[in-house]
Amino acid sequence: MIKAKYPGFVKWLSLCSVVLLSGCKAALLDPKGQVGVDERSLILTAFLLMLIVVIPVIVLTLVFAWKYRASNKKATFMPNWSHSTAIEVVVWLIPCVIILVLGTITWKTTHSLDPFKPLETKDNAKPITIEVVQLDWKWLFIYPEQHIATVNQVEFPAHVPVRFKITSDTVMGAFFIPQLGTQIYSMAGMQTEVNLIADHEGTFDGICSNFTGDGFSGMTFKAIATSKDQFQNWVSTVKQAPLQLDQAVYDKLAKPSEDTPVTYYSSVKPGLFKDIIGKYMNMNSMQMKSGS
Amino acid sequence: MLGKLTLSAIPFDNHIVMGAVAFILLGGVAVLAAITYYGKWGYLWKEWLTSVDHKKIGVMYIAVAMVMLLRGFSDAIMMRAQQAVAEGASQGYLPPHHYDQIFTAHGVIMIFFMAMPFMVGLMNIAVPLQIGARDVAFPFMNSVSFWLFVVGVVLVNLSLGVGEFAKTGWLAYPPLSELKYSPGVGVDYYIWSLQIAGVGTLLTGINFFVTIIKMRAPGMGLMKMPVFTWASLCTNMLIIAVFPVLTVTLALLTLDRYMGMHFFTNALGGDMMMYVNLIWIWGHPEVYILILPAFGVFSEVIATFSKKPLFGYTSMVYATMAIAVLSFVVWLHHFFTMGSGGDVNAFFGIMTMIIAIPTGVKIFNWLFTMFRGRVEMTTPVLWTLGFMVTFTIGGMTGVLLAVPGADFVLHNSLFLIAHFHNVIIGGVVFGYLAGFSYWFPKAFGFKLNETWGKRAFWCWLIGFYFAFMPLYYLGFMGMTRRLDHYDNPAFQPYLIVACFGAVIIMFGIIFQLVQLYVSIRDREQNLDLTGDPWDARTLEWSVSSPPPFYNFADVPVAGEIDSFWAMKQRGEYPHVPREYKRIHMPKNTGVGVFIGAFSLVFGFAMIWYIWWLAIVSFLGIAGSMIFRSFQTDVDYYVEVEEIEKIESEWLEKVRSAGKKSMAESTLAENGEPQVAH
Repeated sequence: MIKAKYPGFVKWLSLCSVVLLSGCKAALLDPKGQVGVDERSLILTAFLLMLIVVIPVIVLTLVFAWKYRASNKKATFMPNWSHSTAIEVVVWLIPCVIILVLGTITWKTTHSLDPFKPLETKDNAKPITIEVVQLDWKWLFIYPEQHIATVNQVEFPAHVPVRFKITSDTVMGAFFIPQLGTQIYSMAGMQTEVNLIADHEGTFDGICSNFTGDGFSGMTFKAIATSKDQFQNWVSTVKQAPLQLDQAVYDKLAKPSEDTPVTYYSSVKPGLFKDIIGKYMNMNSMQMKSGS
Repeated sequence: MLGKLTLSAIPFDNHIVMGAVAFILLGGVAVLAAITYYGKWGYLWKEWLTSVDHKKIGVMYIAVAMVMLLRGFSDAIMMRAQQAVAEGASQGYLPPHHYDQIFTAHGVIMIFFMAMPFMVGLMNIAVPLQIGARDVAFPFMNSVSFWLFVVGVVLVNLSLGVGEFAKTGWLAYPPLSELKYSPGVGVDYYIWSLQIAGVGTLLTGINFFVTIIKMRAPGMGLMKMPVFTWASLCTNMLIIAVFPVLTVTLALLTLDRYMGMHFFTNALGGDMMMYVNLIWIWGHPEVYILILPAFGVFSEVIATFSKKPLFGYTSMVYATMAIAVLSFVVWLHHFFTMGSGGDVNAFFGIMTMIIAIPTGVKIFNWLFTMFRGRVEMTTPVLWTLGFMVTFTIGGMTGVLLAVPGADFVLHNSLFLIAHFHNVIIGGVVFGYLAGFSYWFPKAFGFKLNETWGKRAFWCWLIGFYFAFMPLYYLGFMGMTRRLDHYDNPAFQPYLIVACFGAVIIMFGIIFQLVQLYVSIRDREQNLDLTGDPWDARTLEWSVSSPPPFYNFADVPVAGEIDSFWAMKQRGEYPHVPREYKRIHMPKNTGVGVFIGAFSLVFGFAMIWYIWWLAIVSFLGIAGSMIFRSFQTDVDYYVEVEEIEKIESEWLEKVRSAGKKSMAESTLAENGEPQVAH
């Protein structure tokens, strides 16, 4: 009976090895930026540290259950034994030590991986700022330095820190590019921030990782990291686009829609991002009626 | 006249929903017809519906919980089937507005209407008996609690056929749950079913807290209480502390939705972050409310079937208390990604990890309870062993999620889903099912069929690993929760395996039902004549199975941790008092049913904006309470003759069973004394 217990356990072990071996397929185990790399090693460190307790516990459970099964009359039976100071000290101490180590790691990494913390590169590259607005059910990206905007596609140069300033003009969502690391909530009337960097060029999946209603599943976008030159070319291309993001166009865009195709805007109304946040903050704003 | 309610509220065009509604209606009609045919209405009303006996209320709680397990599981397997097929161009068979209701209903039902009542049911059956009490402190309030919970159940199921359920996720985060983004009645069903059932839970918490503090048998100091009672005490303290928070949070959301206020709206100073904080200040202790009694069950089971006292009783008690206290200072780990600073995130991360210490101690204590014992591989023990292996894995992934840096990428992913099902199924469900088979003979007087019980266990265990291990990996692949379709073809094989796992779990549930059927059919062969079928250690086993309605003819003296075991060692079982005294007992009352019925109408009226009906039914609730407060004929005495008759019948059974077991034990190979099995 106990033997048959192994399937679950073996499956878990083999799955672990699958996870570790096929790392190149899973987004979080195949990060493309420093933040993601740090988070992967944090996960693996914590995981291995905990296995120090987890594996003995699982093995002991199976061994004790087997050895002290009722039908095994050869095993020692101590029907009144229920206390051992030595064992109790050990079972309190071991978890304490592990949590002490893990807690120290946690304190350090929570600060070093703080999403708001600007990233530094060796060549002191100047970060690029991209403003992100979560809408029903698409993503608007505003480039305040380039004066352009896009929908459902965000492009930026690799090896350059990207400062995403994030808000929502609807319900609460979350901005997440799994291969680059850290996600963060997007909330109306507020600005959150996440600093990411791509250490490789490539196209990465972006998702909304907090449920937003009917069109939620379709809230995907592509994050494209390119060379600096390619990025400049791309900006020029966008600047040729026929559409311009003024208030009227934005108001129309902000209405709920699903599976919105990638759209480029050659210009953006100055201060649009601030206005989107501000309309929920300013009690007397004329735009109050659109927020509730 | 009928508020927002029109005939169009019934989703005639949704065949899946209509099928389910037809199934429920047919089932309901069949049950009602059967009751009528066999003429059992009077019996049902007198013996069960109006009962204030904690044992019967406990049985009713668990019966409803089992039915809701079926409902919640139907939702689960529909989701797994949807995600198994909805890749790329395929949108699956469920449109978003239906899928979103399903995952919301699944979470709400499994937590509030499956796990909670199952837990309260087990407490009802076991706690008063474990502490040597004749009932709970407030028997009538217990009945009210139960009926308020039933109101929640009925409202959730009504939403299937009349209107819709919330499409917001089980915690209904605003602003999505605000009127602007959820204009339908779904969130209102959510609010009122939780609000009414939540009041019932709070009353239960008060009731059991007082019962455990005030009604223990003489000699039973706090540090001599059975561990399940300890766990229940901690759970009820948590309920008393946090359910008011849930009530207030939902009330604020109600004010937003009904009165146009702005507690959690985007604009006019509303703050959805406050809702998220408040709901988790309730929500995190809530998971400990669920798991602590499960820990208690495992402690009872492993000690009983290892034939040893629990290892490290004092450690266990302190660990339970530590978990209960720490559960208040970890809520923020549910939203590390909401933009808190490093200090705040790190504090809550580390506090969360610290909970792993007392939890780890508990696991070691169960381990060393088996050590040098004689572990009988009964169904409850299998659940316990399955729990120890599975929960350890779930605990590990939980600590991983408690590291903010790891949570930044794992939050809201399927890794998170796998984690909490790992601890909820591997901990809570396994624990309750262990408790179910452990205390079943106590409640009904016969044991459950072991073969089917073990089959159910293996299906649950193996099914769990197939269903949720792929989800862990999908989390690493960057798949987030609550998707009704996805574009990444690499997800699909894992989701198909997960769906397969759900099917295996389905067999686990079916076998559990088969077990019930077979056990009831063959009950004559599995009768528990003595009241102590497992050779157990705590007081609930010192009385007959099922116990007499007054529980203890003579209130026991409980001077040891395993009082009943000590009594048996001293040869004081079965206990025959020198003389019986008459017993003061509460009378059954239908007022609880009426309060429930009025609350149901009130909730329904509020959901559909039928204001006149809301006022009338509210007056009904208030009137019922006033009526009850003026009732003076609420108790009676059980006379000595009746007690003597009941007790002597049981003693006769014990003696005959005792003779049988003496004969058996002489045949046993090692000649160790055994009590009837």
